[in-house]
Amino acid sequence: MRRLLPVLLAACSLWTLAANGTELRIGMAADVTSMDPHFLNIAPNTNISWHVFDALTHVDEDARLIPGLALSWRAVNATTWEFKLRRGVKFHDGSEFTAEDAVFSIERTQKVPNGQFQIYTQRIVGKQIVDKYTLRLRTATPDAMVPYDLDSVFIVSKKAAANAGSADFDSGKAMIGTGPFRFVRFARGDRVELARNDDYWDGKPAWDKVVFRIVPTDPARLAGLLSGELDAIEQIPTADLPRIRRDPRLATAQKVSWRTIFFHLDQYRDRPPSLTDNSGRPLERNPFRDIRVRQAISKSINRQAIVDRLMDGAALPASNLVSPPVFGHAPDLKPEPYDPEGARKLLAEAGFPNGFAMTLAAPNNRYVNDDQIAQAVAQMLAHIGIRARVELLPMNAYLPKARKREFAFAMLGWGSFSGDLALRSLVATANPAQGFGAWNWSGYANARVDELLEHGFATVDAKQREAIARDAMRMAMRDYAVIPLHHQFATWAMKKSLSYKPRTDEFTFAHHFRPQ
Amino acid sequence: MFAYIVRRLLQSTVVLAVMSLAVFAGVYAIGNPVDILINPQAGQQEIARATAALGLDKPLAEQYFVFLRHAAAGDLGNSFAFNVPAIGLILERMPATLELATAAMLIAMILGIPLGLWAGLKPGSAAGKSIMAGSILGFSLPTFWVGLMLIMVFSVYFGWLPSAGRGPTANFLGMQLSFLSLEGWRHLILPAANLALFNLSLIVRLARAGTREAMRQDYVRFARAKGLTEIHVVGVHVLKNVLIPIVTVMGLEFGSVIAFAVVTESIFAWPGMGKLLLDSINLLDRPVIVAYLCIVVTLFVLINFAVDVICSWLDPRMRLVDSQA
Repeated sequence: MRRLLPVLLAACSLWTLAANGTELRIGMAADVTSMDPHFLNIAPNTNISWHVFDALTHVDEDARLIPGLALSWRAVNATTWEFKLRRGVKFHDGSEFTAEDAVFSIERTQKVPNGQFQIYTQRIVGKQIVDKYTLRLRTATPDAMVPYDLDSVFIVSKKAAANAGSADFDSGKAMIGTGPFRFVRFARGDRVELARNDDYWDGKPAWDKVVFRIVPTDPARLAGLLSGELDAIEQIPTADLPRIRRDPRLATAQKVSWRTIFFHLDQYRDRPPSLTDNSGRPLERNPFRDIRVRQAISKSINRQAIVDRLMDGAALPASNLVSPPVFGHAPDLKPEPYDPEGARKLLAEAGFPNGFAMTLAAPNNRYVNDDQIAQAVAQMLAHIGIRARVELLPMNAYLPKARKREFAFAMLGWGSFSGDLALRSLVATANPAQGFGAWNWSGYANARVDELLEHGFATVDAKQREAIARDAMRMAMRDYAVIPLHHQFATWAMKKSLSYKPRTDEFTFAHHFRPQ
Repeated sequence: MFAYIVRRLLQSTVVLAVMSLAVFAGVYAIGNPVDILINPQAGQQEIARATAALGLDKPLAEQYFVFLRHAAAGDLGNSFAFNVPAIGLILERMPATLELATAAMLIAMILGIPLGLWAGLKPGSAAGKSIMAGSILGFSLPTFWVGLMLIMVFSVYFGWLPSAGRGPTANFLGMQLSFLSLEGWRHLILPAANLALFNLSLIVRLARAGTREAMRQDYVRFARAKGLTEIHVVGVHVLKNVLIPIVTVMGLEFGSVIAFAVVTESIFAWPGMGKLLLDSINLLDRPVIVAYLCIVVTLFVLINFAVDVICSWLDPRMRLVDSQA
């Protein structure tokens, strides 16, 4: 018996290795609503889709475009893009991936009821299968965005997904992709289970089995990691960061996220809501129309203090609408230095020596420490004489109100994988036909910026387009179209024995976790 | 009895209609769910199209009548966020919540009634006093905090129990339940204890008050005078009288526990319907919110009915009649 014991123990530890060594359990911060990769475009759903499916183009950790199921692409002429597809890629059911599947997937995005991915394919007017591995896509007007848009179109198997509805994906029947993991099980509100795809074209993942557990409560997710029930978790609250860093059993990975926090300020109405003088009478004119007032507001904000004290260092002061690694970031723009003295002077020059009063609106459950940041900015504004009442609302009440333009000064966070896309939504003159300015709550209008953006989206050469995007960014930011605050950091925590390649787009990819 | 049931049913239909209208108008007043659900990169036209596709561009009254027409046919609409029927979504999550609520109520009753009896029989003893002091803690500590403490102690510090989630489920009477396996119990025990705490304290107080009152009654003295053993006196005569208020209150509380297990479900990532409601409110997923509340109201009606039946059995003087009848 005594001799048996070491053997038994060794067997036990081997068994533990077999059970845990190749299984990865990840705590997700938000609920996954559907397995259908063409239904709702929200981060948790897309995060799972990226494990089971691929797209023709992918983006790397810096949100830069790289080959996916397409090996290369080029503009044949001004309105036609040609994609050379990867050969020999197998779906999880063993069938081969061809241009037929790509065309089917593009078409499916337009057919899913209430699907949100048709915006990436609606400008494609012609699809031509040249041969099994060559696909040509035609647009009505020159469009540089086609390869970028296709990063959002997951390729499903034509054979498995023909006539499949969202329920067929939830059940797994249609969950046949080419991605690094096969779909095993989706338990709504609880977990998603995946198993390794041994034939993955981009290298075999390190894990036999992956479990994504849905644990939206921050302390519970951290407790799961501390108790050893989870191997890695995403979205670490900034307040817990110092503690996790001190813990010798844990490691963290961090990267500047693509999410930029900024303020919109109403420049289009003569009398924006809530703006009054210090005695409560509505202002005669809109102060935000004066660039000196906008600049004064920007100068009054101590971005470094917000980053150091409120964000525990997990943010970067912003000068752009996209963070440094992202396409179209203008590196020569520097964050506005904190200068309350200069701000007061500018306000006086603009005719507001005593400041004015307004409401500062912000959500309180969407961005990292959003409510505290709003309070801090309000206090900083008070130092230059602008009395800001802070109005905090949960996102579900905040967004509809903001879209009805009930706020004159409102916080928003934005993640975009290129600067010109961000500008198109946030500062371009509102033009529903083109989808310009859909989120331009400032009502900012600058014909030069619009022109540059239109020019850029029609420029198929990536280098040229980036130069144009930077010009547009400089123009809008030097005009204080909006007031940028900071770029958030995305943080992951994991067992010491793991490492993770952190991503600007905040996605948590099981295949990017490695045992050390 | 039959007339009583019919009248009860009619009343609950009216309650359901009024409730659905209130929820409908409430969610409508907050705003357009498409604003929250839409892909940020979408343009104005896509937003308008998505709004129209969900029928949200129509006036409130028209939207409500469309809902009523479908509801009459048993269709409470498709969830905006999950793209599947709302009612199915809730029924899929219901076993998890029922299981949690039942376990919590069992814990509360199995521990609460004996503790309350003991405290009532020996009010001056150290044990009786500590039980009462404990029940005050159970009332006043917030569930959220207690839940986190349970996790910190039993999962993080000792590592005895899992910190979150539900164990493996098996099919039992057509429902996916987890209490049939040891692993299922290991997952169930912490959230159930957390959810039970408040009702445990409530039962202790009710049982103690009831016992103290019953002990002074003539029938207890009479039973003792007859020479019955103390166990028989307490276990049969006292207990039966103590149980009536407990059953009434626990019936109501069972409904509350099911409907509002949301805090416990969030902390322990328990995939029940309370968590679904919270997520749905955050997304303004109106079909799910309305369907959820309809189901909860129906549950309350059923539980109240069951309570009336049980009480009439415990105390034959009670009759199943309406006050005006």
